This record gives sequence, C-alpha cells and structure tokens, in this order.
Amino acid sequence: MEQKTIKFGKNLVSTKECLAEGHNFCTGCGEALAIKLACKALGENVIIAMATGCDEVCTTPLPYTSWRVPWMHTLFENAAAEISGIEAGLKILMKKGRMSEKDIKCVAMAGDGGTSDIGIQALSGAFERGHNFLYICWDNEAYMNTGIQRSSATPYGASTTTAPAGKVSIGQTTWKKNMVAIAAAHDIPYAATACPSYPFDLMNKVKKGAEVKGPAYVHILSPCPTGWRYPSDMTIEIGRLAVETGIFPLYEVEDGRYKLNIDRPKLKPVEEYLKLQGRYRHLLDEEINKIQERVSEEYSKLKAKVVASAA
Amino acid sequence: MSRRVALEASFAAAEAAKMADVDVISAYPITPQTHVPERLAEMVADGELNAAYIPVESEHSAMSACLGAAAVGARTFTTTAGQGLELMHEAVYVASSMRYPIVMVICNRALSAPLSVWGDHSDAMAVRDTGWIQVFCENNQEAFDMTLWAFRVGEDPKVLFPVMVHFDGFTLSHVTEPVILPEQSEVDKFLPKFRYLFALNPDRPMTHGAFGPPEIYSETKIAQEVAFRKSKEVILQGWKEFEDIFGRSYHPVEQYKTEGAKTLLLTMGSYSETAKIAIDKKRDNGESTGLISLRLWRPFPFEEFRQVVKDVETLIVFDRCISSGMGGPVFSEVRSALYGEEKRPKVVSIIGGLGGRDVSEKDFGYIIDRGREIAEKGSDKMLDIVGIRGEMVDIRG
Repeated sequence: MEQKTIKFGKNLVSTKECLAEGHNFCTGCGEALAIKLACKALGENVIIAMATGCDEVCTTPLPYTSWRVPWMHTLFENAAAEISGIEAGLKILMKKGRMSEKDIKCVAMAGDGGTSDIGIQALSGAFERGHNFLYICWDNEAYMNTGIQRSSATPYGASTTTAPAGKVSIGQTTWKKNMVAIAAAHDIPYAATACPSYPFDLMNKVKKGAEVKGPAYVHILSPCPTGWRYPSDMTIEIGRLAVETGIFPLYEVEDGRYKLNIDRPKLKPVEEYLKLQGRYRHLLDEEINKIQERVSEEYSKLKAKVVASAA
Repeated sequence: MSRRVALEASFAAAEAAKMADVDVISAYPITPQTHVPERLAEMVADGELNAAYIPVESEHSAMSACLGAAAVGARTFTTTAGQGLELMHEAVYVASSMRYPIVMVICNRALSAPLSVWGDHSDAMAVRDTGWIQVFCENNQEAFDMTLWAFRVGEDPKVLFPVMVHFDGFTLSHVTEPVILPEQSEVDKFLPKFRYLFALNPDRPMTHGAFGPPEIYSETKIAQEVAFRKSKEVILQGWKEFEDIFGRSYHPVEQYKTEGAKTLLLTMGSYSETAKIAIDKKRDNGESTGLISLRLWRPFPFEEFRQVVKDVETLIVFDRCISSGMGGPVFSEVRSALYGEEKRPKVVSIIGGLGGRDVSEKDFGYIIDRGREIAEKGSDKMLDIVGIRGEMVDIRG
C-alpha cells in the first residue's frame, strides 16, 4: 500500500490507519478517536502493551484483531510492567545481536482505572526504573467497559453506577486524582495532557513522549457519550469545553518545566460543560459553584507552576 | 571438564540460569527465594551474565514483565516463593495460556496466616491448575539440573509452556551441598538458542492476547490442554537427552527400593531423601517397603504412576499442605488417578511438615507404621498429622 502523507504545519501525518476499521467501539467514542490519532503519531515501528478495558475489548475479539502493529494484552493492572519486560527484552536481544538494531517504540496503554487505580503500582515501578517507554492513559473518567463504575479519576459530582446520585448523594464526592502530577513527581522527562478535540496537539505530544529517552506519560481525556450521557455527535465539543472551561487544561511537564499549550485569557464557566452531560444533570447551583471554585483554583495553581517554570 | 562445587540450591538454580544464557530476569525478593535473584544480580553486575535484570516492585509485576519479555522472544527467568507466588497468581495463568516458555524457580514456602517464611508445599498446591509444567527437586544437584532442563523442554516448539521448578525453602534453598556443574559446551549442546516463532516485532505485526468470546473460549482451552498433555513426550525426551549428555537420569516418578514392596510411601521434594533413610531401616528389618517420589507433578504422570503402584497393597501419601475442608491435595489426586483401576492399592493420607516443621527419619518410620495401621483398620481421625506437639491431635469428624 502506497503511503501518503498530509501536511499540517510542521507535522506530517500518515494516512495509514494502524487501528483497522471494523472495531467495536461505541459511536462517537472519544477514546477510539484518540487511539487512532495516537497511532498516527507513533507510526509502525512500535509495540503496544494494552491493559484490559474498552480499548482492548473493542479491538480484539478472537479470532479478529484491529491491530496492524504488534500488540499484546494480558491483564488489567500490569501494562506498565509488561512494557518494562518488552523494553528490556528488545534491548538485550539487540545487545546480544539476536535481533537487528532498530528504534522500536514501546508503548503501554490503559484506561483511567487501569492507570490511576489498579495499575498505579506497576506504573510507578516502571517510571522509577526508568524504562524507555511511553505510557498513555485513556481517561474516560470511570470504569466504562464494566458499566460506568466510579474510579479515582471520576470527577466530583458525576453520577456513576457505583457512586450514583441519589436523594442524599451527589454521586462522586471526591475530587479527581491528579495523575499527571503523580507521574511528574517521578521526575520523568515528559508528562502531558491531551484531548482528541485538539488532534494535532495530541499527536505532537504522543510523538514527543515516544521519542523522549526514558519514561513518558500522556494523559488523554477521552469523552465517552455512553458513560457521560451526551449525544454521540458532541464528543469533540465536549472535549473542547473541558479545555476551555479549565476543567482539563492542556499542558506539558518537560524535565520538570510546566507549559500550558492552550491558555485562554478567560475561561468559560464550568456550567457550559457540565450542563451538556447527563452524569451531572442532578447538580444544583451550589455544587456547580463549588466545582467552579475548585477549577479556578486548580487552574491558578497550574498557571503558577508555569510561571515558576519560566522564571 | 565438569566441576564439583559446594552450592546452595538457590545458587545452583542461578548457575543453571546463567549457563542457559538467560536474556531477561525479572524478580522481586521474598524469603526464602532471595539468594536466587541476589546471585543473578551479582552475575549481571560482574558481567558474568549478559542479561537484563529488572528489579520490579512486586511479584505481580515480576511475572508481567516476564510476559512482555517472552513475547518479544527473550529467554526469560523469574523466581519466587509462598506469598509472592500467590500475589502473581493471575499472571501465572496467563503465562501458560499465552504459551510463553518462562522458567520460574519456586523455593517452596507456607502461606499466611499466620505468617511463615518456612517451607511446605502450600504455595505449589495453590498453583496446581495454572497450566505450568511443574517438577519437584530432592537436592541441590536437581535444582541445577531441573532448571536447565526446564528451558530445554518449555522452549521446545512442540511444547511452548512455562515450567516451574520447585525446591524446598531453606531445606534446600539455604543448604550447601556438592553440585556438579557441567561445561558450558555441554550445556550449549543440550540447550539450543531460543528461537521464538511468534515474537512481537514490527516487521511482522501480531496480536497476542485477544479475548475469548464464548464461541471460541472452549476451543482455545481444549487446544491448550491437548498441547499440555502432549508435552510429556518432550518432557521425557528432555530427560533422555539430559542423561545422554550429563549422565544423570530422571523420571516422572522416581523409585527407591520399590521392587516387590507391599507398602510404598509417596513424597515430593527434599523430604524424599529423609524418607529414604527410614525406608532403608524398614528394609533392614525385613519390611517390604519402598518409596516413590513424584518428580513430575504437571502434567500428572498417570501411566508411570499407575504402573509403579499397581502391585502394591498400601500407598501412603505424605502431604505438606492441607486443602482446607478436603485433606491432603496430593493424596486426593493420586487416589483419584487410581480410582478407575481394577487393581489398586489402599491409599492412605498423612500430613506433616507444615510451615517448616521438621519431619525426621524417625517420623517417616512412624508415618509408614501408622499408614499401614490405617490401611488395615481405618482411621478414627479427621486428619492424620505427624509431628505436631504432644500426641497427634485427635479431631473427630
């Protein structure tokens, strides 16, 4: 198949799809789109280790596979450990001359549950050991594959099946775990956030993460029409609003230096984002204000880090 | 020239992994296994062994990293014990189902609670069903031999299953014995380089670990089971080749003074050697007693086992584990293996050696006597346990 490229600014984007057509993702899935984009950025010289989750289940029902690149899945919590073995294995086989030398990108992928809950120990271990790999978290803010159960990445006030909004509960009563801060705290060379509503920003970050020597982490907000309860044609808009309200800022932490990739002079009110989604439908003004306060505060803290990094 | 050196079983296993020129070692320390990864780390640090050593943060990750390394075609080794094996449990199943020929040394240890770092076979029995080829060692030479052999058999293209080498924590792992180490050239003759046909490589993209919907899961499991049972041919062939090169012979069911024996004692692991002393004494007394030691635990050696015990009157099975609410797991399995036979011995269960409790040669004498008594008159006890404080606890059912 002849390879064509399309030109966008400084980026050359391959038209080759490493995630083949015919997968089983839901219509309007933000994660599927993010994976497709990430694969374009990664190219074909890659080995992917994927945790159990929507992405794995939607792409590989035996005897079929949607993967045109080498891919493996074993368990839920071990993608980071698995990629450690892949990376170490490739390195030693090349060193011993049992495999031809080439730059194969080692990439682990997992959902927010597989990353911030059950897989966090394996991930922390792999970061600390300094393997040369990229870890991508597809964050759809709950255990979507098993039916929208809360995770530590579920935002405050969202209703899920295990933290449902009820007469005496607003749903999730804890604030979203800050995985990027946790990743950056390992002093890894690169950590970033991305969202498929900003495709070129996403691809750039994935590419950068794959090319940097040592561990890299890219946390990708992946809007989920099924779990967040919004019409499936609004994925891009929802993702954009997450960024524009400051709920999910797009930033990078490169060698400890923070950089905001999109910095709006004035953030949109969080309500514009929340009101489009069924998972927040029960929230009253009081709670929305509380979320607004928290978002503004967190955004200021992030900006302060950016300023401090520039100094 | 081979060398005769003094080594702990832990060091013997590490030497075997080194002589196998292992590519990736991924391990987490746990008593009594620690000397194995320590020795290997030392070899890597000194440049004696050209391998990647991944000091993972848990046993679950130890096995998971092995899965990744094996998937790209690296010869892969890990080691653990007791709680560590339990923590990695789910990944242990994956290794066999995905047909990665990882070699894992287990320094057998009891399971919590109460916490015990000392030896028994509870950890081994908890992974009976995981689809690994499993062998038990009686001494340090066997720890070396079985570890080396494990690579040969597991990596055979007709097999492609992971292999677990069990030896007793402390009793072997920390005890120094003479071990014959072969020449590297002999090892190279025995063990070819690992060429994994299904290695993940961008040159030839492949999917490993797709999920099995109900329409296909059963077929995959049956295919796995057929291949696993067939691996016995290579298991035997591997021991034959081992004997041809190194001169030591191994069998699925090892026999000691079994000729004409009316009573056989069945043990596994290092206590078999202690039991042999008791057997010698019984033979000296003119008692018709012998010993069998199960070396191959999985796949279970049905034919060899049935053949050995077919003319025996009493088979006393010594278990170092309790399957709660059931009894001795080895006892349950061997009795089941004999159930369909027209001619079969009475099978008697005796448990002991839990959590590092010593079972002496005298205790084995008692076990044989008590076993024969149970075979004759039956037992009024819920469990027959040897060597516990005071009189044997009489827990009526």
